[in-house]
Amino acid sequence: MKLDRRGFLGAGVAAAATASAPMVMAGSHGKPKVVVIGGGAGGATAARYIAKDSGGAIDVTLIEPSRTYYTCFFSNLYLGGYRDMASLGHSYGGLAAQGINVVHDWAIGVDRDAKTVALAGGGSVPYDKLIMSPGIDFRDGAVEGWDLSSQNAMPHAYKAGSQTELLKAQIDAMPQGGTFAMVAPPNPFRCPPGPYERISMVAHHMKNNNPTAKILILDPKAKFSKQGLFQDGWARHYGNMIEWIGPDFGGDMVSVDPGAMEVNIDGEVTKVDVCNVIPAMKAGRIAELAGVTNEAGWAPVDPHTMATRADGDIYVLGDSSQQGDMPKSGFSANSQAKVCAMAVRGALTGSATFPARFSNTCWSLIETDDGIKVGASYEATDDKIAKTSGFVSQVGEDDATRAATYQESIGWYDGITADMFG
Amino acid sequence: MNILHTWIASAALAIVTVAPIPVFADGDPDAGERVFRRCISCHAIGPDAGNKVGPTLNEIFGRVAGTVEGFRYSRALVAAGQEGLVWDDANMDAFITRPARLVPGTRMSFSGLRKAEDRANLIAFLHTLTPETAMGTAHLVPGDPELPDEIMALVGDVAYGQYLASSCVTCHQVGNTESNIPSIIGWPAPAMVTVLHAYKNKNRDNDVMQQQTGTLSNEEIAALAAYFETLE
Ligand SMILES: Cc1cc2nc3c(=O)[nH]c(=O)nc-3n(C[C@H](O)[C@H](O)[C@H](O)COP(=O)(O)OP(=O)(O)OC[C@H]3O[C@@H](n4cnc5c(N)ncnc54)[C@H](O)[C@@H]3O)c2cc1C
Repeated sequence: MKLDRRGFLGAGVAAAATASAPMVMAGSHGKPKVVVIGGGAGGATAARYIAKDSGGAIDVTLIEPSRTYYTCFFSNLYLGGYRDMASLGHSYGGLAAQGINVVHDWAIGVDRDAKTVALAGGGSVPYDKLIMSPGIDFRDGAVEGWDLSSQNAMPHAYKAGSQTELLKAQIDAMPQGGTFAMVAPPNPFRCPPGPYERISMVAHHMKNNNPTAKILILDPKAKFSKQGLFQDGWARHYGNMIEWIGPDFGGDMVSVDPGAMEVNIDGEVTKVDVCNVIPAMKAGRIAELAGVTNEAGWAPVDPHTMATRADGDIYVLGDSSQQGDMPKSGFSANSQAKVCAMAVRGALTGSATFPARFSNTCWSLIETDDGIKVGASYEATDDKIAKTSGFVSQVGEDDATRAATYQESIGWYDGITADMFG
Repeated sequence: MNILHTWIASAALAIVTVAPIPVFADGDPDAGERVFRRCISCHAIGPDAGNKVGPTLNEIFGRVAGTVEGFRYSRALVAAGQEGLVWDDANMDAFITRPARLVPGTRMSFSGLRKAEDRANLIAFLHTLTPETAMGTAHLVPGDPELPDEIMALVGDVAYGQYLASSCVTCHQVGNTESNIPSIIGWPAPAMVTVLHAYKNKNRDNDVMQQQTGTLSNEEIAALAAYFETLE
């Protein structure tokens, strides 16, 4: 039995439990079981909300290989020298204290018939509902000349931690007047403003340490997120240090030679000192192994619940999902996790469910105290998560507004990490 | 004569009659202190004041009716509170006009203040006994809207509020930790309702908050306020 959501809203009643009867899964061990793969923005939030709001009625297992989660969000600020790495690390102790069974291992397969997840360390974990939020992986052959074996010479730093530290070390070691190049990714990708905030942070570093350095962005996209705001900021703060090469000038025809530290832009070879390659992306590999992804490499989901189109007992959150209009961001993953947690609890214990609603805001830092933001609200329609309205910072805002925006982003960082990890 | 201000006695959403002229808005607290002499035999006020025949009137504004600790209320007043009666200016004005009319069954055996001016002055004086934080006015700023009674009187659904609040707590930390973004837990519901509407109406200008509130209905704002009020 499914509630008509439009009818629900139209009724003007503030709240009502769904009329569906509780469908408690009579698993062999009594309590219904939820397994969450990936303890990042989506997975940690989903695990925490299900455990917290079900008051022990649901057994929650979180599978995550790392003992410390380093946030990609604010990792650009680390590159700019505004944060240290330790301040980006979060442990799973709070989730364990919430009663979540945290298993530090890789999920290596999903048996959808037996409803079990296989672990790299051996053994398997049974589920009634499986939630996956494994982030992204890179597409093979996306940038000619680059593969994962070149990630030390040309780091992506698009999963935070050692890659970010490596890129930072290379930036710090760059010779005076050297060249930093970024190969930007095609759509869709994790954190649409991320590459451009990163450019801003690298420029901030260079301005103070290596003022004659050059920064090249090789971009297959004709336009990018908050472009006007970034380009205005770059011109104000960094003169002509930054050169953006879009597809009109060969930004979409790039290959690299990690051994020679060269980039080839539509036939023209340039020697570079640091090369940040951010390849095209796809859903985290485990989603593909579970068979819930499409040809494009993402997992299509039902916007009302985040359940995959392929399997109603498997939900995919965050970057891996193909949901519609939301950007792939930590904020989005966190927002989707709450809808999913509610839907999963409702399905397993009959708890009240409400119409899905989502939101996102992405803050970016251009230079000290020059913060910008873009945000929107979304609703679930039958075919996608659809944007209903949004806002974006304006060119020409006063300094106080920009400084307040940056301060707000710090508040958001502290808020969302507390919301994820308890 | 109609009761100008009332509260919602059920989940039904709209009532309320003609918007009254809020005379109580500009009373004189000094004159009100003199009016208060008529109350003092039953109500204690000031530091360390306890309950007498009636409850203390310290921090009465923003409080749910029938909830002063340690006081034995009539069943009628407790029920009124449970159904959503909160002491704001309008409800206080209606009550002291004639207590037994607003809350039939109240034990307060006071026939009422007939003169609007006396009531306005008394309300102004009682406000001096409610610290801004308790009232929630600490959360308010000049330019925040005066909302119509039908909005202030909505009784929010706490369970729905909890779901909606999941989107607030991405930035506003639960607990009293404030990191550049204010803590919003435990606010009196009227203050929360006013502030959320202030963003929704763009009386206040943080664009994230305008965005968040722009999609909320009046009922949803009431639900959020009801939920956050329950947190400590
Ligand atoms: C430079 C940069 C800046 C960013 N800035 C922002 C920002 O300011 N604001 C914002 O909102 N977002 C930002 N983002 C985006 C944000 O980091 C991601 O969108 C978000 O982390 C997505 O959440 P997720 O749950 O999908 O994946 P993740 O947070 O990446 O979590 C995935 C987790 O799954 C685990 N995992 C993967 N495979 C397996 C497996 N097989 N078994 C078990 N565990 C597995 C991983 O170890 C990881 O911990 C930024 C990203 C980058 C790269």
